[in-house]
Amino acid sequence: MDAHASVGHAELEIPYNVHPRPDTGVYNAKLGIWLFLASEVMLFGALFSSLILLRTGADTWPRGYEMLNVPLATFNTFILIVSSVTVVMAWSQLRLGNLKWGRIYISATILCALIFLVNKAFEYGHEFREHNFPKTNNFFAIYFTMTGLHGLHIIGGVIVFLYFLGPGAKMWAHDPERYTNRIEVVGLYWHFVDLVWIFLFPVLYLM
Amino acid sequence: MTDPAAAVEPGVDVHEHAGVGDPNAHHHSPEQIRSEMRVYITVFIGLAVLTAVTVGACYGLKLPVHTAIIVALIIASIKGFLVAGFFMHLLSEKKVIYGVLILTVVFFIFLMTLPVSHHANPFGS
Repeated sequence: MDAHASVGHAELEIPYNVHPRPDTGVYNAKLGIWLFLASEVMLFGALFSSLILLRTGADTWPRGYEMLNVPLATFNTFILIVSSVTVVMAWSQLRLGNLKWGRIYISATILCALIFLVNKAFEYGHEFREHNFPKTNNFFAIYFTMTGLHGLHIIGGVIVFLYFLGPGAKMWAHDPERYTNRIEVVGLYWHFVDLVWIFLFPVLYLM
Repeated sequence: MTDPAAAVEPGVDVHEHAGVGDPNAHHHSPEQIRSEMRVYITVFIGLAVLTAVTVGACYGLKLPVHTAIIVALIIASIKGFLVAGFFMHLLSEKKVIYGVLILTVVFFIFLMTLPVSHHANPFGS
């Protein structure tokens, strides 16, 4: 490749993938994920608002622990907290230049997510066997809607983590800082998913 | 890994706000990063304990519904602060991120007050 072609390639690269933009102070992907998370707050916020409306407008509303499996949900809460730690540890290991341990922690995060989903499947299966469906009543309608949407976010996170564990990890060889930033960005998404569960768990299961 | 400061644009100080947990400071020394990792473990223990306290109070003690709501939401808010503040580094973020979040909080509060305004509306069906 001649010098002219090399300069042209550099000009085509999207700027501020690694280093912060002068006007925002952060790299582009980080601002992008925060804007996305802001939209996610509104999405789940609308559902929480609906739950308040349904619950305050109902003559009777069941206590969550009388209807749902609290020990299993408590275990799932613990699993999600562990996964939040493994994500942030993966990012830290990558900042230390340790790809091997970074990938181990990413793998641990995926494992936690899969355990969460399997537990959720057991929980849903139990409810279906008890003939509790979204159409049964408002409690199960909002329960399946909110936990189902949250579960879809878990599945989305697993897909992204699998990509960064597999083909996406090739970036480490030629641009380790950008790869590290990508793990930080998916980590922010994952922490948000954990954050949603932190409020979903008591609101649906304990109140 | 290359030093980001070597390639950063003029006028951008990448060493600004280089405190513990600053997510924009990739040039942290290994000691600083390991110190942050110890903080993450401490936060994890705090989150696990608070989860146990929530379950113990609301499920174990079977608190009355209004008390359970207050206790559970207070503990969930503390847990949310720990996750957002330490894992998501919001304790040391840039102004543009705070700006996005302040706008989000305003709209979120509006969303949460919608059910209240519905019940307060004497003309509502």
